Amino acid sequence: MAKGGRIGLTLGLLAVALVVIIYTVIALLSEPQTIDFTANHQPGQPVNITLQTVGSVGPNYSNPTWVSYMTLSPQGQWEHTTLWDVPPNTRINMTIIQYDSGSPLRNQQIGQVTGTFGNVATINGRPFRVINSNSSTGNGVAHTFSMPSLGVNVPLYGNSGNANLCGAAPCTLKSPHNIIRFSFVSPSSGNVRWQCFVPCGLAWLYGNGGPMSTIGYMGGFMKVVS
Amino acid sequence: MSDETEATVPGAGGPPAEAATGGGATGSSSAASSHTHEPHHWWRLIAIWLVLSVVLDILFLVFVGPHVPPGRMSSTAGGAVFDFNVLIVMALPVLLAVWIYMVYAIVMWRASKGGPEPVGGEQARSNMAISTAWIAITTVVVLFLAGFGTYELVQPEGAGGGQGPAPIWTPTSHTVLPIQVIGQQWKFTYRYPTFGGFETNELVLPVGTTVAFHVTSLDVIHSFWAYQLGVKADANPGQDNVAFSTPQHTGVFTVRCSELCGIWHGAMFNKGAVVSPAAFFVWARTTQQRLRHNTALLPPFSFTYTPDANGADGGYYPDNVDPYSKQEQYGYKGRTSS
Repeated sequence: MAKGGRIGLTLGLLAVALVVIIYTVIALLSEPQTIDFTANHQPGQPVNITLQTVGSVGPNYSNPTWVSYMTLSPQGQWEHTTLWDVPPNTRINMTIIQYDSGSPLRNQQIGQVTGTFGNVATINGRPFRVINSNSSTGNGVAHTFSMPSLGVNVPLYGNSGNANLCGAAPCTLKSPHNIIRFSFVSPSSGNVRWQCFVPCGLAWLYGNGGPMSTIGYMGGFMKVVS
Repeated sequence: MSDETEATVPGAGGPPAEAATGGGATGSSSAASSHTHEPHHWWRLIAIWLVLSVVLDILFLVFVGPHVPPGRMSSTAGGAVFDFNVLIVMALPVLLAVWIYMVYAIVMWRASKGGPEPVGGEQARSNMAISTAWIAITTVVVLFLAGFGTYELVQPEGAGGGQGPAPIWTPTSHTVLPIQVIGQQWKFTYRYPTFGGFETNELVLPVGTTVAFHVTSLDVIHSFWAYQLGVKADANPGQDNVAFSTPQHTGVFTVRCSELCGIWHGAMFNKGAVVSPAAFFVWARTTQQRLRHNTALLPPFSFTYTPDANGADGGYYPDNVDPYSKQEQYGYKGRTSS
């Protein structure tokens, strides 16, 4: 190969390597947007957070086959994020619209409600403390909303797998769903991790890869901002 | 060893006596003259080493030893602290011996400017007395530490590490509280088989009671590390890894996963508590009652479980049908929930 050709090839390879490095760094550093629930918050008033769970996030987002949470912004838009800012020592009223199907839990220990006001939650308006995920007459548990450091765990009852489930986010109330409500108190400080404890990353070893290991899908952080 | 060599071995005047005086190059009369002024280097070295070793060991034991981690919250933690202290007390004199000899040699036997070149004699190449003493002393020290370490690892009920499903070194106490530690991505849960088998996020222990931690996993490999208790046992799926410990002081301890187990490994931690036996029984009874509805839905207590590795579907299933057999193997006669 001529000298000019070798130099060109070398420069070309360097350029490719540079692009790969830049892309990797950007991918590693990028994260979903943070929804700010502190703006316009009045002291003593609760913060209302609405989420939805969808079995596959759909073609409008990267990884369209992945299961995911979505967050409703204060402006009323569904955002593909699991990062929130909340005020300290504040009652957080959670509403989760659950659109996914359920299954038996790997560990029924997470089938109980803990860490919420009264250790209770409501499903479609009815209070409950435990979901029997192995019941032959039920739909099992689809996901959980869990904050281990706060002791919060709420199982989210599944929809029938035979129903015409929503297959692309954001889902609407026209699709089969369950509405789960509960409340807890934000801590005085910290960046609280939350996640689903159902290993719902199908096709990944033990179900805990992919969406279970990616912020913006089945886990995120609640940052307490004073 | 020749007479000439013996005449110049350290202790009879110091190894570099000849070198310091020009060695044999200055003739026998001058060498004999220099020997009369040569200090007893070995006695000096031994005296310095002995004094410094005693002083440093005492300083260590008084000021550092009591604060060596992980503290003395349990029998296993106290054992670890004792072992660390013994090892340091043994190691300090060895360290000092090397450093003192090095500094002494630099100061005392440094070649002077314009003086004769230092030359080595026979004693610089080999010295039977030094070689014998060095090998003998280090052999004794190493063998002692090996024996001591082995004894400490096994007595009386292991050193807080997992002993596998059939522990060899078991507690002498007749009252052993079994607690199952279940690792899963990414938290630990705890089952209390003697209280109806409830499973909870909380780890509460009674002070003064020997605990048998049965550590297992529902998915990947974790490691149960109760830091202040001095307990660290791997959590392998399908394996029952038993570790014993006796809490000796009330207080709070930290549990961490110490085996990289996925992206949220760093967040896999919680607090545990050692409380009085009375407070423990109140907590256990209350928790048993509070969780009874979910406990009824759990699989029967088993030392290991076989999770479904294919994703969300499937609970965990008992691997054996006689959940209490292994406790009987090590003399379990603890309280029951009845």
